[in-house]
Amino acid sequence: MTIFDEWDAPREPWMLPGACRRGRTRRLLLEVAARTLFPTMLVFSLYLLLVGHYSPGGGFAAGLVAGLAFVLRHIAGGSVGFGMPVPVRPPVVIGSGLAIAVLTALVPLLVGSPALSSAKLAVDIPLLGPVSAQTSLFLDIGVYLLIVGVVVDLLRSLGAGIERDMREAEEWLP
Amino acid sequence: MLALVLAHLVVAAALPMVSARSRRAAFGVAAILPALTLAWALANAGPALGPGLTSTTAWAPTLGLELSFRLDALALAMIVLVSGIGAVILVYAMGYFGPTSEDATRSAALLLTFAGVMLGLVLADDLLTLYVFWELTSVTSFLLVGQSGEKRENRRAAVQALLVTVLGGLAMLLGFVLLGEAAGTYRISEIVAAPPTGPMVTAALPLILLGAFTKSAQLPFHPWLPAAMVAPTPVSAYLHAASMVKAGVYLVARLSPGFSDLAVWWVPVVVAGLGTMLIGGWRALHQTDLKRVLAFGTVSQLGFLMVLFGAGGRIAALGGIAMLLAHGLFKAPLFMIVGAVEHAAGSRDLRKLSGLRTSMPGLAVAAAVAAASMAGLPPLLGFVGKETAFEAFLGEGGVRGWAIALGLLAGSVLTAAYSARFLWGTFAAKPGVAPTPVHAPGPLTTAPIWLSAAAGLALGIAYPLVDAPAEAYAGPGEYHLALWHGLGLPLLFSAIAIGGGLTVHVLRTRVDRLAKHSPFDAQHGYEGAIAGLERVAVVVTGRVQVGSLPAYLATIIVVVVVLIGPATLFGGAWPVGQPLYHSIIQVPLGLAVAVAALAVVKARRRFTAVLLVGVIGYGVAGLFIVGGAPDLALAQFLVETLSLVAFVFVLRRLPAHFTEQPSPRRAQWFRAGLAAVGGTVVAGVAVVLSAARVAPSSTSADFIALAPDGAGADNVIAAILVDFRALDTVGEIGVLFVAAAGVASLVLATRYDRKGLSASVESGQGSPRHEEDLVG
Repeated sequence: MTIFDEWDAPREPWMLPGACRRGRTRRLLLEVAARTLFPTMLVFSLYLLLVGHYSPGGGFAAGLVAGLAFVLRHIAGGSVGFGMPVPVRPPVVIGSGLAIAVLTALVPLLVGSPALSSAKLAVDIPLLGPVSAQTSLFLDIGVYLLIVGVVVDLLRSLGAGIERDMREAEEWLP
Repeated sequence: MLALVLAHLVVAAALPMVSARSRRAAFGVAAILPALTLAWALANAGPALGPGLTSTTAWAPTLGLELSFRLDALALAMIVLVSGIGAVILVYAMGYFGPTSEDATRSAALLLTFAGVMLGLVLADDLLTLYVFWELTSVTSFLLVGQSGEKRENRRAAVQALLVTVLGGLAMLLGFVLLGEAAGTYRISEIVAAPPTGPMVTAALPLILLGAFTKSAQLPFHPWLPAAMVAPTPVSAYLHAASMVKAGVYLVARLSPGFSDLAVWWVPVVVAGLGTMLIGGWRALHQTDLKRVLAFGTVSQLGFLMVLFGAGGRIAALGGIAMLLAHGLFKAPLFMIVGAVEHAAGSRDLRKLSGLRTSMPGLAVAAAVAAASMAGLPPLLGFVGKETAFEAFLGEGGVRGWAIALGLLAGSVLTAAYSARFLWGTFAAKPGVAPTPVHAPGPLTTAPIWLSAAAGLALGIAYPLVDAPAEAYAGPGEYHLALWHGLGLPLLFSAIAIGGGLTVHVLRTRVDRLAKHSPFDAQHGYEGAIAGLERVAVVVTGRVQVGSLPAYLATIIVVVVVLIGPATLFGGAWPVGQPLYHSIIQVPLGLAVAVAALAVVKARRRFTAVLLVGVIGYGVAGLFIVGGAPDLALAQFLVETLSLVAFVFVLRRLPAHFTEQPSPRRAQWFRAGLAAVGGTVVAGVAVVLSAARVAPSSTSADFIALAPDGAGADNVIAAILVDFRALDTVGEIGVLFVAAAGVASLVLATRYDRKGLSASVESGQGSPRHEEDLVG
């Protein structure tokens, strides 16, 4: 009987790496969409991060876009982490984001400027031409990491944590 | 001097690395720095006894805050206790904590940390600097008494000590601020040199005394000190006998030269001091645990010291310095002896110990020397101090002088009695008790005992060494510390104290029966106060936190309507020529938002409501775009999406519908009315405020002008976020950090059982026994 129940359920691990849901609860369309959108959204979030100084964007929006990419992947594939070869826990990402932001704030003190002041860094890269960035970009990177970490942490607690609760209470059986 | 204090903390932080190799070496390394500090202080004794040695570091010059330190005669005397006895006790701890002791690593680091902050406390010449170090000593004391926090009595004692001392500490901070503002300076040396007067000072002094009384275990705050005896013996000897509990006495000694002629200062000090001396001595006579005998003895002696320093007068101050040093030099070895006896005989109950005089003769002699100093026998330093104390108040004469002198005499009788009780209880052969089997303590244990006991004897004979700092503190005069002042009333008083004490000891069975009935039990007072506080907290929380979200929301809306509505109505003006819309797209967007908002109210299912709230959010984001705020719109879109997802995640665990039964009709009408009024007021206020600006905003103009060059950003919003107001951004992500940690712990913490611990938690926060632990 089970064979006939499940013969048409998808079995391919589309969303690897990450935990694979049982066949019945997989949604093919969602998985395909997530697979195409996930890398695109991450690249878009980097674009927003870098462009933030000149047009709408910035660390907060970019972090949210990247976080939503992980949300999409979680809904489609059920996995929770960052999908890194080495497991990275969300609180570590949150903490490093905060640390980068605070360090960016304090570094100017070393060169005798007031805290949180910024300077322009300009490099001449062959082929690309002159490239410049404001040091406050590092503050934005800190914000970006923190937001991504917060969103993935929410997935871990509200998403996977609640799922486990329900599984244990036998209210939901994926 | 700041470097010296910080060096303690740095070395303490590195101690666990030493301890990983050898626990004993950790204490050895820890002892080096206090010893060096003592050497530094003694090498600077010349300037310290003269004008004083100062150093100041400004750490927030714009606020006028600085860390200022000053080494003078009183600080020098305290450093002998803090660093000198500290080094000795750290060496003793090498022998006390076994090579495999689990508490050793933590204790070594904390003891050295304490030595550092206590050094900062006695050197501080700024009221606020002193306060910071004061509270740090309370915290280290809490950690040292609590130990690993596994035993219930440790936790209770640690919490009691912390609550009582911090209560006083906070009152003291208030007093410091009042005093500093009245004087126009927070520099202690300047305040004492030119003491301010006025009602502010009258209010400040009792508050400061409250801090001193709680820290130095004065009546009625004393029970925390005997309770803290659950800590390891080196901790008791160091913190709760020789140094930390003297912080209150030190503070009184520090400020007395400026204020001792004010009744608001000396009356409470003398009354509390004498009362404490008598009660402490009386309670010591009934204790059977040797550490508690000594602890009540410490309480009693602290009262004595309070009287000497607080009553004012040069001779009393001389006696105070002598007794301060004497107490450290006899109480520390006595505690160390109890620790050695406990290790050797396996008990510190004086009913079970017997015959140690013959099995441990060396310790018995050292104990006799120290106890003789405590009782006030010549030629020890304790005798010199006590003699001077009697001289001070008998010489003063009058009602006050005689009353204090007789009070001190009664206290000294009790002191001599419990000194005898301690010696008898520890070492005597008791009829009917078999001699306790012992194994001999090692030299690491006995050498520190002998060193400090012998120092009390040496300084008694070489009393001019003590007289020098005492006179530098008290001021020049004719009377000096000496072993022999000729026959007179003080000598008679000393003799009566010894004789009376021995008589009380001989009559100990009868006294024991009496001492059971203490005039009052302050421990019950503490427990009653804590229980009452909890009851009040429960009642207030029950009234304020009713647990109904509609009630909270209604309160907020009512407050907004009542406070802001009338003010806007009477103070604001409706803008003239306000158009209904700026752009035609605003009309459908606004309508969509309004319709969705109305629909939310009618929604019965949670899921529907969440989706409708999402529609409102997206509609508002659309309005932002039309209004020309793409940054804001982008953030609003993303946040709205994320909160939708979060809602849906959570909704899986909630019932599909809001309520099974509709609420009563009247409640519905009330809520609808409140919501309508609230919404109207907020919308009206928004329109009125939008027209309230009378001049163009200069801030925005500056931001726009400065953004490209000052912040290197064409996007002025980004310039504000990461440059102009970057501190706000850092603060906000800090808040996010805390919020994320909060959510994660709310959802996950109940799930993950901590690995390595047993599944069911018997104690700690949230367990049924936790309340008992606190309240008793």
